[in-house]
Amino acid sequence: MTALAVLLLAAVLLAALTVIKRKSPARLREIPAFTRLVRTVGLSIEDGKRLHISLGHGGLLDARAGSAFAGLAILRIVAERTSVSDMPSVASAGGPDAWSIDPGHDQAGYQAANVDELYVPTTGRVTGLTPFSYAAGAMHIAPNESVSTNILTGHFGPEAGLLAEASDRDHVTLIGASDNLDGQAVLYVSSQDALIGEELFAAGAYLGGDPAHTASLALQDILRWLVILALLGGAALKFVGVL
Amino acid sequence: MRVFTAVIAIAIGILVLLGYFLPQAELIQTILLNWAVILVGVAALVGLVNLLVVHTDKVRRGEKGSIYSALLVLVMAITFFAGAVLRPEHAAMQVVLNGIILPVEAALMGLLTVSLLYAAIRLLRRRADVMGIVFILTAAVLFFGSVTLPFGEIPIIGTLVRPWVSQVLALGGARGILIGVALGTLATGLRVLFGMDPSVWG
Repeated sequence: MTALAVLLLAAVLLAALTVIKRKSPARLREIPAFTRLVRTVGLSIEDGKRLHISLGHGGLLDARAGSAFAGLAILRIVAERTSVSDMPSVASAGGPDAWSIDPGHDQAGYQAANVDELYVPTTGRVTGLTPFSYAAGAMHIAPNESVSTNILTGHFGPEAGLLAEASDRDHVTLIGASDNLDGQAVLYVSSQDALIGEELFAAGAYLGGDPAHTASLALQDILRWLVILALLGGAALKFVGVL
Repeated sequence: MRVFTAVIAIAIGILVLLGYFLPQAELIQTILLNWAVILVGVAALVGLVNLLVVHTDKVRRGEKGSIYSALLVLVMAITFFAGAVLRPEHAAMQVVLNGIILPVEAALMGLLTVSLLYAAIRLLRRRADVMGIVFILTAAVLFFGSVTLPFGEIPIIGTLVRPWVSQVLALGGARGILIGVALGTLATGLRVLFGMDPSVWG
């Protein structure tokens, strides 16, 4: 019942915060990776090059679904902004469930930009169903399809190192975020600006600025404070012998 | 149509969620999850068709590296039909799995070791700041602490520093990051579940 109570509290807070954020726009701290991402989207259109959004091999039916949805949010925003370019962005996924809704997000980006007729279905693709086969398939997209930036966002393990190595070899900018600790460690050493931990889930707020996304950031902050208080309070109670 | 789809998706999401808290909703949760598993299986097949279309298109247009695309299409077709006719447990299919797919994945994993070492060496070129230096030093200390010399472990580093760094600093940091990821997942899940995410329901 505690879990249900936390869930209900979080849902109520999210709804209330969304209403508040609609009235007052959020002020967000600067995250270099998002600043770079916004810049690279503009530069890729000017240079006539593509962006490759790699969604990892996370599924929608397990604990990795959060990172898959965060990746899909980035995909939709980037697809909308690059839809008028000669070289539309390419998306790849390693999980069949994430891939199955990836073209829908890609297309939704085009619809939002009112250029639905420019949408090409093969720009969204599944490159492999295991982590390494996915990485092996995705690492060939950048050199063969005139890609300027690889955006790795989703569930990546150590295999992200192969994609990072390929990006470096082809002089392609890499922006990486994973919900997996191994993947984060690899991306930290391999990319110029890595997103650590929950920063992955902030993409929608930073790139799109939608009230629901900024409200969920505020909700995370509130829950984080509650976790800190519970941790410190629990430790103190244990120390004095109450627990 | 989009509203109708969203209503169905949200209702099913809430029913599945309730299954975790109410025993009465467990049966419907199981049925819905079984349907989802079947749909994911179909999505995997559609994904394979997508892969086939992408690479056939590359061959047709004679793009750079199209020979590899042709090879992929050929091998994929052979493996798919052989698997459908012989069944996956057949000895020939096991040879394909154990003799080709597993060694290739193991080779990629081996390649990853070299890639990661190279990336760590180049870290200071990419990020010459305090955090970069701390990262390299921590990795080096952990390696020194785990390496075995002819006279045994390196004193202090192996017995004191390494366990303290890996079990206190690294583990505490990892737990903090994982709690942050869990909170992010919770917020994202609620946003999607209640139809508040424009990137999903837009």
